[in-house]
Amino acid sequence: MAYGEKVLDHYENPRNVGVLDKDAKNVGTGMVGAPACGDVMRLQIQVDDNGVIEEAKFKTYGCGSAIASSSLLTEWVKGKTLDEAAQIKNVDIAEELALPPVKIHCSVLAEDAIKAAIEDIKNKA
Amino acid sequence: MTTPTYMDYSATTPVDKRVAEIMMKYLTMDGDFGNPASNSHYYGWQADEAVKKARKQVADLIGADPREIVWTSGATESDNLAIKGVAHFYKKKGNHIITLKTEHKAVLDTCRQLEREGFEVSYLDPMSNGLLDLSVLEAAIREDTILVSIMHVNNEIGVIQDIEAIGKLCRQHKVFFHVDGAQSAGKVPIDLSTLPVDLMSFCAHKIYGPKGIGVLYVRRKPRIRIEAQIHGGGHERGMRSGTLATHQIVGMGEAFALAQAEMDEENKRIKNLQERLLAGFIDMEEVQVNGDLEQRIPGNLNISFNYVEGESLMMAINDIAVSSGSACTSASLEPSYVLRALGLSDELAHSSIRFSIGRYTTEADIDKAITLVREKVEKLRDLSPLWDMFKEGVDLSKVEWAAH
Repeated sequence: MAYGEKVLDHYENPRNVGVLDKDAKNVGTGMVGAPACGDVMRLQIQVDDNGVIEEAKFKTYGCGSAIASSSLLTEWVKGKTLDEAAQIKNVDIAEELALPPVKIHCSVLAEDAIKAAIEDIKNKA
Repeated sequence: MTTPTYMDYSATTPVDKRVAEIMMKYLTMDGDFGNPASNSHYYGWQADEAVKKARKQVADLIGADPREIVWTSGATESDNLAIKGVAHFYKKKGNHIITLKTEHKAVLDTCRQLEREGFEVSYLDPMSNGLLDLSVLEAAIREDTILVSIMHVNNEIGVIQDIEAIGKLCRQHKVFFHVDGAQSAGKVPIDLSTLPVDLMSFCAHKIYGPKGIGVLYVRRKPRIRIEAQIHGGGHERGMRSGTLATHQIVGMGEAFALAQAEMDEENKRIKNLQERLLAGFIDMEEVQVNGDLEQRIPGNLNISFNYVEGESLMMAINDIAVSSGSACTSASLEPSYVLRALGLSDELAHSSIRFSIGRYTTEADIDKAITLVREKVEKLRDLSPLWDMFKEGVDLSKVEWAAH
């Protein structure tokens, strides 16, 4: 199967790889997926005093499309409020990356990851 | 554009140029294009001679009599013909078939079909090294067992089953024995004049012959009967009808003849390459070879790079063409059933890469693969949350995952 250009770009030059302090009050962590399914995503977001996401980091175990989905997601959430970030839908990610049908689950996972990260930060407040 | 280095010889091999040249002589007007069954004229006789020669070439490599060779379209058809052929012919004698969980789908799915027809099938677990424990087989044999089907060399992990010992056990219990030899011919010596095997499947395209041609070996003494699965003109003594594909057949014959002449030296050369490849990985953290390393063909190395997903690794090392036990592209998201049958965790199965090397692999290819894989595994581990967790000492098997 050939990969789309945008998937390849994110895969070869992943944006915002890294780790934030998961115990910090203004950091939310979303870890979704399972090794058994072949992909695990960890997305972390950090909000400023106005509730705007100022930093996002990820690490992903998974196929190229899973890595690209999470990389793209970190770009998209920066500068958004939590409510705005919660509006990101998997279809937007799938469309942007031109994911084939067998890879749609990668974008679903990314949507799950941002939702989980937002929930984590809300639970800390 | 430079093409990637081919390291997927277990999937298929390129046709040897010497084979392709001979095949071309059996297609056009100025060649021997006739139907081997046309026994009334020159064109038919020429083609028939070519088929006879190829039949002998194939038989010679495997220690068989040319009359024991039945041409088919490939190993999948041979497996179907052998297993269904025995089951249908001997169904009054018994209803039970035994096979292994790590068999090729051509065997497993054929057995599934027979289950739908009312047969009972036992799917045995291999040991963790991929080999069959003889006592497990013996315990599974029943009064009504008619057939045991075990592959010689596994396509994913390259392990070599002891078909002589398995065959002896089958003989003791008066059970027929079929062997899928698609991955073994030309790589492991096979002498069917002494091996207690009744039926054995082969194909050409795994040993530098063309795709679309195979053989079923059908033993004459003691005789085994099979019911034909394809009916028509009664070719191949009624066991497999259909006009013989002369050019494919001479290609298979030549490929088998070359294998017979060159196997010993080729195996030595490839074994050196396999050792070089393994040496390039073995000092890395969290790598493991899947399948027994001793009872294994030299051309195969199946390795799991833990905490790195196989498909993304393949994508990263796209300058070499390999395959993976990960099945991220399949609808089921299930990793390799072969590796799972060895008892590997899902994540180790997802993290596996099969390198299969062969006739045209060079030392430079091996060195390139080592450099590339080491670099990319490190990069992907830096990206992997599982690697972080492993480094923090988290036991991944105890984590409750939010599966999707």
